[in-house]
Amino acid sequence: MSAHEHVEDHHDDHGHHHKETFITKYIFSQDHKMISKQYLITGLFMGIIGIAMSLLFRLQLAWPDKQFTVYEIFLGKWGEDGIMDPNVYLALVTIHGTIMVFFVLTAGLSGTFSNLLIPLQIGARDMASGFLNMLSYWMFFISSVIMVLSLFVEAGPASAGWTIYPPLSALPQAIPGSGAGMTLWLVSMAIFIASSLLGSLNYIVTVINLRTKGMSMTRLPLTIWAFFVTAIIGVVSFPVLFSAALMLIMDRSFGTSFFLSDIYIAGEVLHNQGGSPVLFEHLFWFLGHPEVYIVLLPALGITSEIIATNARKPIFGYRAMVASILAIAFLSTIVWGHHMFISGMNPFLGSVFTFTTLLIAIPSAVKAFNYITTLWKGNLQLNPAMLFSIGLVSTFLTGGLTGIILGDSALDINVHDTYFVVAHFHLVMGISALYGLFAGVYHWFPKMFQSRMLNKKLGYIHFWITAIGAYGVFFPMHFIGMAGLPRRYYTNTNFPYFDDLTDVNIVITLFAMFAALGQLIFLYNFIHSMFYGKKGPKNPWKSNTLEWTAPIKHQHGNWDGPIPHVYRWPYDYSKLNKDESDYVIPGQDYAPQTVPLQENEEEMHH
Amino acid sequence: MTAFLVVLVIILFGVAVWQMSKILELSKPQQDDTSEIASDKDNNVHGYLMLGFVIFIYVLAIVCHVLWSDVFLPESASEHGVEIDQLWLISMVLIFIVGIITQWLLHYFAFKYRGRKGQKAVFYADNDRLEFIWTIIPVIVLAGLIIYGLFTWTDIMNVDTDDDPLVVELYAYQFDWRARYGGDDNTLGEANVRLIEGANILGVDVSDPNAQDDVVVNELHLPVGRKVLFKIRSQDVLHSAYMPHFRAQMNCVPGMITQFAFTPTITTTEMRQNDEVVAKVGRINKIRTENNKALLAKGEELLELYEFDYLLLCNKICGSNHYNMQMKIIVESEEDYNAWMAEQATLAEALKQ
Repeated sequence: MSAHEHVEDHHDDHGHHHKETFITKYIFSQDHKMISKQYLITGLFMGIIGIAMSLLFRLQLAWPDKQFTVYEIFLGKWGEDGIMDPNVYLALVTIHGTIMVFFVLTAGLSGTFSNLLIPLQIGARDMASGFLNMLSYWMFFISSVIMVLSLFVEAGPASAGWTIYPPLSALPQAIPGSGAGMTLWLVSMAIFIASSLLGSLNYIVTVINLRTKGMSMTRLPLTIWAFFVTAIIGVVSFPVLFSAALMLIMDRSFGTSFFLSDIYIAGEVLHNQGGSPVLFEHLFWFLGHPEVYIVLLPALGITSEIIATNARKPIFGYRAMVASILAIAFLSTIVWGHHMFISGMNPFLGSVFTFTTLLIAIPSAVKAFNYITTLWKGNLQLNPAMLFSIGLVSTFLTGGLTGIILGDSALDINVHDTYFVVAHFHLVMGISALYGLFAGVYHWFPKMFQSRMLNKKLGYIHFWITAIGAYGVFFPMHFIGMAGLPRRYYTNTNFPYFDDLTDVNIVITLFAMFAALGQLIFLYNFIHSMFYGKKGPKNPWKSNTLEWTAPIKHQHGNWDGPIPHVYRWPYDYSKLNKDESDYVIPGQDYAPQTVPLQENEEEMHH
Repeated sequence: MTAFLVVLVIILFGVAVWQMSKILELSKPQQDDTSEIASDKDNNVHGYLMLGFVIFIYVLAIVCHVLWSDVFLPESASEHGVEIDQLWLISMVLIFIVGIITQWLLHYFAFKYRGRKGQKAVFYADNDRLEFIWTIIPVIVLAGLIIYGLFTWTDIMNVDTDDDPLVVELYAYQFDWRARYGGDDNTLGEANVRLIEGANILGVDVSDPNAQDDVVVNELHLPVGRKVLFKIRSQDVLHSAYMPHFRAQMNCVPGMITQFAFTPTITTTEMRQNDEVVAKVGRINKIRTENNKALLAKGEELLELYEFDYLLLCNKICGSNHYNMQMKIIVESEEDYNAWMAEQATLAEALKQ
């Protein structure tokens, strides 16, 4: 171990003498801190596109008969005279889903914080391979560019839903978006998967090999546990999506029949025979469901850390939290069939998947209870990051509870593919993960931008607008789902039965606009604080983890001189000494991981 | 060229401002500014707001129920649907209780333990018994729900052909539905999309003896009280046969035949008398009358007044007209059904024309 460190230190000394050019520092950087910023900014940019799209289709859903020039401005020929084309409506929901799930919440959230925090919190000079890390980001960038370019294809972008079920996604005769738009979608996702795999492998190797002295697995902050396990799920499940994408590409372009059989379309019979769309569904959801946790676990890890720090208390039940992460990760790979209860697969499989799905509620419940207990008798510092973390627990609870309904195959029959599902997954993974992203940004902004802090007043306004907006959008949405309203309908008033839901849809859209307005405040705050934010202390939140011991000024290798050693777990907040006269370190309610065991301190098992 | 120069000037100006602000920034002394960290005042304000927020959630839930609980589907018109509604109610009550309690604890703790100077947090890292309790309680509750749910599911999905169900094929294509009855022998003739030709739009094998008496219609009629077994096919892409009033749904998959069975229990005429349905139709017609006023002023065609009918909706994204792919379902007495069926031409007759 010591020899290894020696080499590292040696390497670091050299690092200082390298002359960095603009290109190696800001563009093709191999430094994990810069890469994390690149991920964040790309992710936020994609997020702006994704949210703007949702506003466009919410406008259409609330006032289907009205004409809006804004359609013409943004959609061009698909919004002529202010009337949205039905195909472009489907394209908007498709790309909104794709961008938000993959580009914002997978790359933007996990990519940003795994990169920033893994080396800094485990005490490593950088990722195991800086080069692969750089490659991972640039492949993500290329895939983003291709996805954005696909919006400008003549026949329109992919519009078969973000789940791109064939045959709809395979046949341009079925929908115009399944032409060049779909090809670009698949190419973009294939590159995205490669990028995600490179990133994940790097995270796994780094966590396993590069922990500093004393940083045993049971002393890892929960953030790292979450990123580590997320990376493992990614490695297990993303290749399956890749294979699905590959087979779909072959079906589309090379005449194979993996997913196609007995199809008569546009006046002719296709030659394809023997394939099965249900096979695609299996392959897609074998990634698709773990994907939910790829999105959610990093957010839960981030909030575990933030809640403990700001509650000035250890996270309650550290080992149970780790065990739940592992249990959720394992279970997440064997529940994919609950998306397919009524796909035509054998009903017995439905029973099995109901069973495994409802099991996931157990570790999730443990996590929720542990968060609540962590707040109990704390000394809560209600920073914006803390508010977003509490908000996450709230939406995770609300959305998770309706999961008990949807995971039950018998109940799923009647709400499958209705707005009830839309409301459920937006709360439990969309909003929750977004809150995790925001919490992370507010908390680690000073670490990213040389101690500059986000303006807290704007942060508070941002949180309350988002919190009210999110519930205002998604709570009423359950009601129209229970009314039997199918999702992905261009208009709900084409036949009379759903006419009386128009009011609810208008309320939802108004809340959505309100919430989107709040995000503008965040954007302003982000950009402004990046350059003009006030410079806070080195360890603004009085946190125990290692990243706050690193110098404020970013440098290759993270620490001057040797890497700090670790002597305790990261959650010694408000720990008292043996005779309970004062904190372990007198007058300071936290004991950073680098502080050795004090005299008069009881040793814990960590 | 001028445009280029203007852009260049703007960029250079921007760079100049940036550099100047940077100089200004650097000239300021570095300091540990703690003003962006939550103060006790912030903790206090946002602690109270947290308490306000949980009340907001409760009020939102109540208001939504008061305003919109009338949009829910009316009572189930099928036998198994009653079971589903029962299970739904139990699950809903359960999640509401859990939701109300946990949301309260979360936000109340956020309020109660908001940071104050001198307040000490309690170092409380573990309690095996407590964690065991809240692992085991969800286990027990979920076990109950799972068992109940699985029994219901198996009941619904396992079709017993000894009941002699009425066999009906649902045929989905972009963007409409057809229904095919087995005719007198209650057996569907073989079919494949490769056999689609002219009026035989379902691709039924006309040489199959079972196919001769098949009846193809675009309005689904069902006799009340008799089990119906739907055999579901798709011609082109995935669709989903969604019959919300019967709590029934099954995807239509090209290349395979899926199935779903249920027994309708309430005729269309009876359902039209149902209080909830009467109220809903009343509301919809009020909206339509309002809209008609505007249409009248513009001199456009007026909307017809709405009368309730059961619907078969497409519930899987299938293309540009997905939102308008539906078929009327009529549930009627055995006699009415037989009378209606007698009027329909069999496939053999229809193809001869």
